[in-house]
Amino acid sequence: MLKPRPEPVQVVKQRRDSALAALVESIPYIQFLGVRFDRRGDELTAVMPFCDQLIGNPGLPALHGGAIAAFLEVSAVIELSWAGLWKEIESPVITPDQIKSGKFVSIPKTIDFSVDYLRTGLPRDAYARARVNRSGRRYASVFVEAWQDNKSCIIAQATGHFLMPDPYLETTP
Amino acid sequence: MDFDKNRLAQQFMEALPHAQALGIFFENIGSGKAEMHMNYNKKFIGDPQTGVIHGGAVFALLDSCCGAAVLSHPEQKGLTATIDLRVDYMRPAKPGQTIRASAQCYNMTRSVAFVSAVALDDHEDKPVATAAGAFVTGKS
Repeated sequence: MLKPRPEPVQVVKQRRDSALAALVESIPYIQFLGVRFDRRGDELTAVMPFCDQLIGNPGLPALHGGAIAAFLEVSAVIELSWAGLWKEIESPVITPDQIKSGKFVSIPKTIDFSVDYLRTGLPRDAYARARVNRSGRRYASVFVEAWQDNKSCIIAQATGHFLMPDPYLETTP
Repeated sequence: MDFDKNRLAQQFMEALPHAQALGIFFENIGSGKAEMHMNYNKKFIGDPQTGVIHGGAVFALLDSCCGAAVLSHPEQKGLTATIDLRVDYMRPAKPGQTIRASAQCYNMTRSVAFVSAVALDDHEDKPVATAAGAFVTGKS
């Protein structure tokens, strides 16, 4: 029996990008921070473009510690949701429209979040990548780090624990 | 005294654009303690299914409150910065309710200030979140 031809690359990219956009747009707080996500395959990089409302110390000026923490936390939450949804998006048993409706995807809940501030956040764009270190049925542990001009100069890192929604897909569409 | 405190709080507020963007208001500040609140705003929702505020907004409120507690400590001179802060999310804040935070700088050394904080909504018996952190002191 012949293997079915793989889907055209545009179709795959379009489906992944719109699924990611739907997931990100469903969370108002991410829009408030102005954070967006770049995707290469399943790898995500969160980007927080600089804007005045993120300033915590106007004298320097420096990014607010709370803004940096929030940026790290949304990066971790999106990475965890994205990793959990990846198979469903690929199969695809879940469509971007269903993600957008917010009814089919439950966001993991933060149990605790611990941030190390390593350098002052400069008035520039910030980037972050998260890594799911362990994801069980009930709990997940996620590490996330953020940098600005140089990837080797981490401005802040965090570890968070999350309660996984049960079941992950509330309703199978 | 009250007039001075309020003025100080107001000046501090105006100097923090991110706190302003989140609608964080000062209630009290002095002697290593600070109290603030943040009104419910749909823009800060983190879970569209329930309308619960995102943890990041609560983190920013607690971070601001802890920082203010350090600044108000009698031995503190100059500015401060967060070294680390850990927030435990005990339960989701009730959608629609104001979140109030209070922080206390309970120990201060030559270079580090230790702070703890709690965030509450209208159901005051059960905290929404607690925080513990270390801050840079400007002590000379």
